[in-house]
Amino acid sequence: MRWIWIDRFVEFKPGVSATAVKNVSLAEEHLHDHWEDFPMMPASLIIEGMAQTAGMLVGQARDFQEKVILAKISKAELPEPVLPGDQLRYHAEITTITDQAASTHGTVFKNDREIGTIDLMFSHIDQNLQGMKFPEENFVFTGQFLRLLAGFDLKPPPAGAASSGPDRPGQAPEAPAK
Amino acid sequence: MPMPQEEVLDKVRETLVDALGVDEEEVTPEATLTGDLGAESIDFLDIVFRLEKAFSIKIPPGDLFPDNILNNPQFVENGKLTQAGLATLKQSMPHVDFSEFQADPDVNRMPELFKVQTIVNYVQNKVNG
Repeated sequence: MRWIWIDRFVEFKPGVSATAVKNVSLAEEHLHDHWEDFPMMPASLIIEGMAQTAGMLVGQARDFQEKVILAKISKAELPEPVLPGDQLRYHAEITTITDQAASTHGTVFKNDREIGTIDLMFSHIDQNLQGMKFPEENFVFTGQFLRLLAGFDLKPPPAGAASSGPDRPGQAPEAPAK
Repeated sequence: MPMPQEEVLDKVRETLVDALGVDEEEVTPEATLTGDLGAESIDFLDIVFRLEKAFSIKIPPGDLFPDNILNNPQFVENGKLTQAGLATLKQSMPHVDFSEFQADPDVNRMPELFKVQTIVNYVQNKVNG
């Protein structure tokens, strides 16, 4: 199993915001135990999905040269369950980014309806103040994550312009409307 | 017109409630960020980010909280700040009250230096010049 909790990006504005979707399926094994009688997407994995969306956004803003690690869940409000058959949409915006860290604001949608907020902080761990050393290769942004951005124009866009999704035959570039 | 201390304190309190998930009543001027309010290292960056937005100010790295004193062997000896370390810290951080700390400048006591009032002092200097 691959530790990827987003299916695809549908929008990516370098240094500004990103939107990814995740389709929840009963075929996913974790739902069988969570819970057997009432399968629902664990909130922790919804947070992970937002962290992957926002983490890619933060990583790309420094051209994937930094190792971006989730450091703090500043806020997570998810007041209703997400069930098999639902589509999650994660929209993340960078609120602050510096050499050391970044903070993001995230909105969670279920079937195109806003259901929650997830605000996160990420550390650029090579810039930590304790001077700790980490392996040289970037173990955060591996090929399987970078492939999610294939087809996006990742050059910083002119102010106000969005980088649209890649052309995929048979797939709409945006999350399907309900 | 200068921003009154009470207004600065209110906004700092709001910032710390959001950043640290503490109750408003806990954020007194004398509360220490780590000991009383439970701040961890990443929270210090979070606090800086939020203060910049709340007060529309720019806080350079190491300006509000120290960022390289402990890594310098000239500034730390046997777990205590040297005279040079203490002097550097005092010079770079006029918003911090060192009166109790300097009698025993044990590096383990450094977190006690950073109180809610420390942030209020810093922001006041920054917004009021």
